[in-house]
Amino acid sequence: MRLRAVLAASAVVAAGLAVLAALTDGFSAMTTDGAWRLAVAERPRLLPDATFLDESGHAFRLSALRGRPVLVEFFYTNCPAICGLLASQFQSLPDTLVEWPRSPEVLLLSVSFDPARDTVTELADYAARLGADGRIWRFARVSDPDELRRLLDAFGVVVLPDGAGGFVHNAAIYSVDADGRLAGVYDPDAAERAIAEATK
Amino acid sequence: MISGILLYMMLVAPRVAAWLEGSMIGHMLIQIPLLALAGGLVARGASGGRGAVLDRFNAGGIPGLLVAVFAVIAWMLPRMLDAALRSALVEAAKFITVPLLVGMPLALSWPLLPPVARGFVWANLISHTAVLGWLYSVAPNRLCARYLFDQQTTLGMALLIMAIVLLLGWGGFAIVGAPRTARSTRYARADAAAH
Repeated sequence: MRLRAVLAASAVVAAGLAVLAALTDGFSAMTTDGAWRLAVAERPRLLPDATFLDESGHAFRLSALRGRPVLVEFFYTNCPAICGLLASQFQSLPDTLVEWPRSPEVLLLSVSFDPARDTVTELADYAARLGADGRIWRFARVSDPDELRRLLDAFGVVVLPDGAGGFVHNAAIYSVDADGRLAGVYDPDAAERAIAEATK
Repeated sequence: MISGILLYMMLVAPRVAAWLEGSMIGHMLIQIPLLALAGGLVARGASGGRGAVLDRFNAGGIPGLLVAVFAVIAWMLPRMLDAALRSALVEAAKFITVPLLVGMPLALSWPLLPPVARGFVWANLISHTAVLGWLYSVAPNRLCARYLFDQQTTLGMALLIMAIVLLLGWGGFAIVGAPRTARSTRYARADAAAH
């Protein structure tokens, strides 16, 4: 009687640990974002193409950027919080990039997910405020709502209206490799690590 | 048993499910515990709380308790809450596994647990609720991608309040004694006879 219970308890513990390990990628990812980062690092994935309009009013396709690594962040210009941290990370990078061996190949791309308010003029003002040169660091919007949704899905970005006219969204730096694949997802304050891994 | 089925039918109704899942508190602190309660009510009603075959593998209630503990841990993972909101399959899994693997084993095992084990469960429940509440309150990032940040901090505060209420309630029972029910007396007699 007791032996059966001991065996049953042991089986439950073994099965429970196995299930939890499977659900958390070996106890390494408890959150959706954590799991996404692991999955991307293990298997880079091709991104859908999209048409961007930059702060100068120039249209370009994401596929046209292939051949060089691109660090991408998503933002909206009215963001009161986390977008500022992301922007400050990119802001500090151009100085670093100049010293980086392969720096001219790297592009920084800030993509707005609020095309209704972030017009080309707004993007240009935002870029000017941050001192972006338009060469290494570009700002862009995606005008087509379907393309924008597909792009956000492909990057794993979840954008939720906050009920006060703004948005709550994931904050991360995304690394797109020279083949146009999403190859890495990094913390908002890990831009230097992202660029080091993108250029190695 | 009927009350458990009715509760389950209410929770599985799309409007009720969507309403509860609209907030982290509704999802984690109301829907999942009520699903477990529904399973528990059905289990106790269906078998009178005991099943001869199950009891042979559940002496002392520990194996059943472990099943419930692992299932609870799984459904408290932030990524599982996100997955339930994103995938109909995971959502269905939640509605099946929470009553089946949390409520039912807990209801069948609790009466078999010795007092020391029950105290251990209560102490862990209270301490882990408090720790989880603190973590949700102070976490700088969103843990669930599908919920707003302020819902996370609100959930954290609710968990902390729940831990305090549980502590006071448990402390009260420890001092003045838990109410004895006819059912608990019957289980105690059955266990004494079995041993």
